[in-house]
Amino acid sequence: MNFGVPFFPQEASSEAGHVDALFYTLLVFSAVLGLTLTGLVVGYAVKYRVGSKADRTGQRSRTMWLEMSWTAASLIIAFIFFGWGAVLFVRRDHPPADALEITGLGKQWMWEFRQPGGQREINELHVPVGKPVVVSLASQDVIHSFYVPAFRIKQDAVPGRTTHIWFIATEPGRYHLFCAQYCGTQHSEMGGWVTAMAPEQYAAWLNSQGEGETLAASGEKLFRALGCSGCHGASSKVRAPSLEGIFGRPVALDNQQTVIADERYLRDSILNPKKEIAAGYEPVMPSFEGLIDEGELQMLLAYLKSLSPQPIAGAKP
Amino acid sequence: MSHAAMPGTYLAEGSGPRAWLLTTDHKRVAWLYLASLTAFFFLGGAMAVLMRIELATPAGDLVSDDTYNRLFSLHGIIMVWFFLVPSIPATLGNFLLPLMIGARDLAFPRLNLASWYVFIFGSLFALFAVVAGGVDTGWTFYTPLSTLYANGFVSTAAFGVFIVGFSTIMTGINFIVTVHTLRAPGLTWFRLPIFVWTLYATSLVMVLATPVLAASLILIVLERVFGIGIFNPDLGGDPLLFQHLFWFYSHPAVYIMILPGMGVVSEVLPCFSRRPLFGYKAVAMSSMAIAVFGFLVWGHHMFVSGQSAYAGVVFSFLSFCVAIPSAIKVFNWSLTLRKGEISFEAPMLYALFFLGLFTFGGLAGLFLAALAVDVHVHDTYFVIAHFHYIMVGGMVTAYMAGLHFWWPKMTGRLYSETSARIAATVTFVGFNLTFFPQYVLGFNGMPRRYHTYPPEFQFWNVLSSAGAVVLAIGYLMPLFYLIWSLFRGARAPDNPWNATGLEWQTSSPPPPHNFETMPVVTRPAYAYDMKGLEHERFSPHREEAAQ
Repeated sequence: MNFGVPFFPQEASSEAGHVDALFYTLLVFSAVLGLTLTGLVVGYAVKYRVGSKADRTGQRSRTMWLEMSWTAASLIIAFIFFGWGAVLFVRRDHPPADALEITGLGKQWMWEFRQPGGQREINELHVPVGKPVVVSLASQDVIHSFYVPAFRIKQDAVPGRTTHIWFIATEPGRYHLFCAQYCGTQHSEMGGWVTAMAPEQYAAWLNSQGEGETLAASGEKLFRALGCSGCHGASSKVRAPSLEGIFGRPVALDNQQTVIADERYLRDSILNPKKEIAAGYEPVMPSFEGLIDEGELQMLLAYLKSLSPQPIAGAKP
Repeated sequence: MSHAAMPGTYLAEGSGPRAWLLTTDHKRVAWLYLASLTAFFFLGGAMAVLMRIELATPAGDLVSDDTYNRLFSLHGIIMVWFFLVPSIPATLGNFLLPLMIGARDLAFPRLNLASWYVFIFGSLFALFAVVAGGVDTGWTFYTPLSTLYANGFVSTAAFGVFIVGFSTIMTGINFIVTVHTLRAPGLTWFRLPIFVWTLYATSLVMVLATPVLAASLILIVLERVFGIGIFNPDLGGDPLLFQHLFWFYSHPAVYIMILPGMGVVSEVLPCFSRRPLFGYKAVAMSSMAIAVFGFLVWGHHMFVSGQSAYAGVVFSFLSFCVAIPSAIKVFNWSLTLRKGEISFEAPMLYALFFLGLFTFGGLAGLFLAALAVDVHVHDTYFVIAHFHYIMVGGMVTAYMAGLHFWWPKMTGRLYSETSARIAATVTFVGFNLTFFPQYVLGFNGMPRRYHTYPPEFQFWNVLSSAGAVVLAIGYLMPLFYLIWSLFRGARAPDNPWNATGLEWQTSSPPPPHNFETMPVVTRPAYAYDMKGLEHERFSPHREEAAQ
């Protein structure tokens, strides 16, 4: 039996304090309202128990007025909590532009991470304290969920799309990383640790891991190995759109529409190229569905993003 | 049942299997449902107890991970579709709806019996899935786990749930038509007991939402068996589409489950307070509001799923809105007690415990509707605690309140009041001991559906597991004293609680066609403040003490 009984979770990210402020406010509100109602019911039950001498004469309170006022009061309180929660939540969608970008891949039943320098980790994630980190999440198989309780963050990794979660760790330490979305047999074993380190220690740790190949560099190799460069390369004979600076730019489609070339568009264009065809090009590209796995797709996306002058971390449509 | 001694009642109309299995009497169909649902309740409950014993230690030492996953999946599937959804409507609702509105039966008696056979047919598939090797998708059947990766009998279980959906729809249609067409003379809409209002609201949701569940389960089977791409991204599908479809049914479904419980409590509280229900119209209309708003909040299950943040904001707003009608109900129930003459027979104890547990479950709903907080506690034990406070602390407690309240009417017998009060109290203590620690676990980050967990969570898990044992005792006790009362219980008078509803104006148990003379309604519901009713009461407890 472990006697370090947890009551309140650690706060180890910039958002944790904000989330907890709302949580504890809700807790105080619920305790006050819940205990007041309990007190009222118990009080009535005792005072008006059968045979008691309590005064039962007199009219009931004016129902209409009471109904209106507690409905209005409930609405106002609800809207305050709604607004507070929503403001914090929308921030979650806008990672800072200078965030360190780490890719995370969930698969049954492990997490695989790639540091920006290419260092690969399994079920361990090292991050510097005080610097925004955005994790781009994908899944190889079923839905997983990246959950670090001490950071108060959670994001599902969904097959067929890329999702993002960002945070700023504030306290050095080792924190639980869980998979929160049920993902099959060893769901409860799918997790590990997030290690937050002072920036200099983080840099030293990165060095000790050796200079891995960056995701974009792996992607570039793959881009050639799969023959993508044969058509999309500068000197290619087949007419295919150049991918230089493609990420984040608007692309005109042959159906008169325009889409932003975000991760969703690039992913679909690799796996399902007939879906959205760039205006002025023949739909000759073969699908790579089933030929590359999710990890390789992440490499290709990282390479394509690296071709843009200022990659936008976690850009969303 | 020794009903030969009760001539002239519905129980005396033949006692062989044929007389029961081919009956179209709503009162007997209610018993068919009650027997089947009780079996499912204890089956699902046994799985929960096994899970809690496993979770007493951090390591996975009692059952394997695959077994554990099957336990919680089947616990959810059985409890949601084979107990909670039909529970109050198909048993108490079936028995009482015609009696409460002064009708001889439901509008479609044969459809009613058919709904039970469809239920049994569907449940055979589910039971086969249990025996054959189980299901390991969770009760939510999330894709692509359920379509591509799960190795259990997913199609079988999904097909069982699909079939049971038809029985739900049949019951819903039957209730809606009955309430519209078979009310006694003088029984206007605003004289209806709240229990009838809530059955009506629940039936609307059943008829409108269940087809969506059926569609999504069929799509799962199509993808699993025929490889048609709907949810699988490799085939051009979208896994989140399944979640949208599933929750479009399953969120309204939690209101299917809780609304009838709210109805029961609205009957019991006025009766044992000898006061009319406070704010009758507000309570009636808030039931309808819940039924409508319940359809607009499904996305709050998907705040961290990859759904757009702005969709999340809209769903959060609507989720706060749906909390308002529930709050209104709680305030009205509480004020009903004021200036009453309150006594604490078993149904009232259960109803008061409902009030407390529903309040603390509902307040936790505010945490979950608040976006940034939900990001943290989503898919943790906080959600499990919230859900069980509403569904078990709320709904099952209300079901027990109703069962004890109407037991004398249904059987013509009285149960042991002392045993019932002890059982109610044991349930309340066991429930809180089981589920309150889970709020703490969830806030501290313990994810749900975990077979093993980090050791620092053990303290709260041990408390919760101990509570589960107490809770199990609380639920087993009624099984014994209620069955005992069927054979040995003292005869119940027609109106043991001196209650106002029409169902109490006929004999206990009622005659085959409910009323010897057609009742005519001249008063509003809950006229406990009218002359001649305020102080009279019959207390089985006092009689017992006198013996």
